[in-house]
Amino acid sequence: MSTLIDALYSALGTDVRSDGGQCPSTVLCCTVPGEKFAEAAGVLKKNYALLAAEWAADETPFGRGFSVFACYRWGKEYLIVRSELPADNPQFPSITPCYVPAYRFERQIRSLMGITPLGHPDPRPWIKFEDWPQDIFPLRKTYDAAKPVPRVQGEYQWARAEGEGIYEIPVGPVHAGIIEPGHFRFQAVGEMVVNLEERLGYVHKGIEKRFESLSWNDAVRLAGRVTGDTTVGHSIAYSMALESMTGCKVPERAHWIRALFLERERIANHLGDIGAICNDAAFAFALYQLSRLKELALRTNYSLFGHRFMMDKVVPGGVTVDVDITGADTILAELDIISRDFERMVVIYDENASLEDRVRDTGWLKPERARELCTVGFVARASGLNLDCRIFNPFPPYDQYHNIELAVPVKVTGDVHARVWVRVEEVRESIRIIRYILEHMPRGPITADPGKPLPDTAGFSAVEGWRGEIIYWLQAGPRGEVNRCMVRDPSSVNWLGLEQAIPNNIVPDFPLCNKSFNQSYSGHDL
Amino acid sequence: MIRILHQIFRTGIVTEPLPRAAEEEIKRVGAKLEEVIRKRFRRSLTIREVDAGSCNGCELEIHAINNPYYNCERFGIHFTASPRFADLLLVTGPVTRNMEIALRRTYNATPTPKLVVAVGDCGCNGGIFGESYASLGGIDKVIPVDVYIPGCPPAPVVLLNGILAAVDRDPREGK
Ligand code: SF4
Repeated sequence: MSTLIDALYSALGTDVRSDGGQCPSTVLCCTVPGEKFAEAAGVLKKNYALLAAEWAADETPFGRGFSVFACYRWGKEYLIVRSELPADNPQFPSITPCYVPAYRFERQIRSLMGITPLGHPDPRPWIKFEDWPQDIFPLRKTYDAAKPVPRVQGEYQWARAEGEGIYEIPVGPVHAGIIEPGHFRFQAVGEMVVNLEERLGYVHKGIEKRFESLSWNDAVRLAGRVTGDTTVGHSIAYSMALESMTGCKVPERAHWIRALFLERERIANHLGDIGAICNDAAFAFALYQLSRLKELALRTNYSLFGHRFMMDKVVPGGVTVDVDITGADTILAELDIISRDFERMVVIYDENASLEDRVRDTGWLKPERARELCTVGFVARASGLNLDCRIFNPFPPYDQYHNIELAVPVKVTGDVHARVWVRVEEVRESIRIIRYILEHMPRGPITADPGKPLPDTAGFSAVEGWRGEIIYWLQAGPRGEVNRCMVRDPSSVNWLGLEQAIPNNIVPDFPLCNKSFNQSYSGHDL
Repeated sequence: MIRILHQIFRTGIVTEPLPRAAEEEIKRVGAKLEEVIRKRFRRSLTIREVDAGSCNGCELEIHAINNPYYNCERFGIHFTASPRFADLLLVTGPVTRNMEIALRRTYNATPTPKLVVAVGDCGCNGGIFGESYASLGGIDKVIPVDVYIPGCPPAPVVLLNGILAAVDRDPREGK
């Protein structure tokens, strides 16, 4: 049944041990010896698996050393490969030569957990800036998070391009608009960008460490603030990972309401972003029209659920607000307006030649590249990858394929237009799904007792937020407390896609391309 | 083109009187604001927004005060790209360790007299992120703050009220 684990068994034989503590049971976890970590990656790569995440955990509270994990995905299958490493001088063979997205995951593992990926091509720290003492590792258990960190001297080594007429443009961290901070460095010849290097980490707030000081039930509030624009997606993902460990049976109705929130979040963000993309192509009209529709949706959220972004409405065990008949009618009436005006805007977008000129063939992320970088979400779907957790890792009502018939739009051109168009179709689809949910939602309770996880168990979830697949991996410590909470926002991988899409574009098109990806800084930096 | 014009006429002006509860206050502050902005800011208040480490939730609401419903430009409020033109810094946070220097630089690049408004629970006191190795806590841990706007995130109306409160302050009041 499981292709990936079978491939591993046949290649590595008795070196592969299956792991019992991983939940839910549909997500397989196996342990391989540390020196075989990269070999396992090679085997899975040959079997077409994509890398979904890579992280490490400090397992000294259990009397062990560290563990490094890589999560692979192939179709509906998720497989976690783990290696135990000693407490002293932990190291493992890097999988970056095999999987490009591991490049940043492993820099992060080295910077924050102090585990060395052997053979990694880039020794520079990530997230932990050069003015941090390089020998502190905040994610280690022995590290006291309350202690302030002294500043030391240091300089970040940027990639350099040399040659006649090449000049460099540094941008950020504080940008011109109302956006999050990050630093971009372009090398350009004339107008043409030859290389872009991103440097992120400015909004690193120590979220993963913070999780470890919270109770399981309080931590969902933090998950809802990993990135404010995806508060619903993250709180569902966190809750589902926890529920998988505790065996909590979430009431059917609660699942459906979560789906309702998730689709409303998708619509609101897509509307705002499509408008903002048009604005960056000097078509402000669309921004005003679409931000008006977004505001309508936010106001409905406020009047029905008590919060414009539906923060803290999803909790472990269910949801905190229900929808009654009048609420459903309000939503349906609102959707009619949004849908009508949105379709008018789509026609205007489609017929506007000067807009077309800007968005076509701009910010091109080739399908091969998108796959190589293991991108997710609308970025992946605009570059030919058919990925959507609502289909591949569904919760109700998405698991009722024959009824809900979820359509996943995929484009292959990989340019700004493709990313816009995928999102246009997703808005339509979300509107349809919400109507379906409101019509067919089962009755019943909306919360259940979330329960408590057993010591030394791990939980996993993957949820399709509006940016794409959000992954949580939780580990309960020896007393059943939070030992580790790994967060993988879609941005962690998709930022690499932007870096690859920019060369050969002109400098003034950068804001447009960046907006068409619109990845989260906060979700990446954590 | 004709479709664009059509849509414009169909939509009309959607800018709303602010929701009732806030309306009285806005009326009161609004009248005063006009006077203050006319006298102290020559009819236009220029704001530089700085994200010093927020989760982006506060930014969504700051964007919203520019949308056609709130249309903050009608109050004479403009957002600028450069701190050198700014009368007021609208800062979200917690201030991360990695943004501390950039925030100080932005503050120093802003000409005096300048106002600083801390936005959101995080900007006020670090919020859920608190103080840690990576987060220094509220904005006033790093630069002086004139007005605090709590909320997670504060709704657009609350933001507007907070900005009004900031420009309404007596300039002789100490920090
Ligand atoms: S106050 Fe709330 S919305 Fe604003 S940055 Fe903090 S967590 Fe995000």
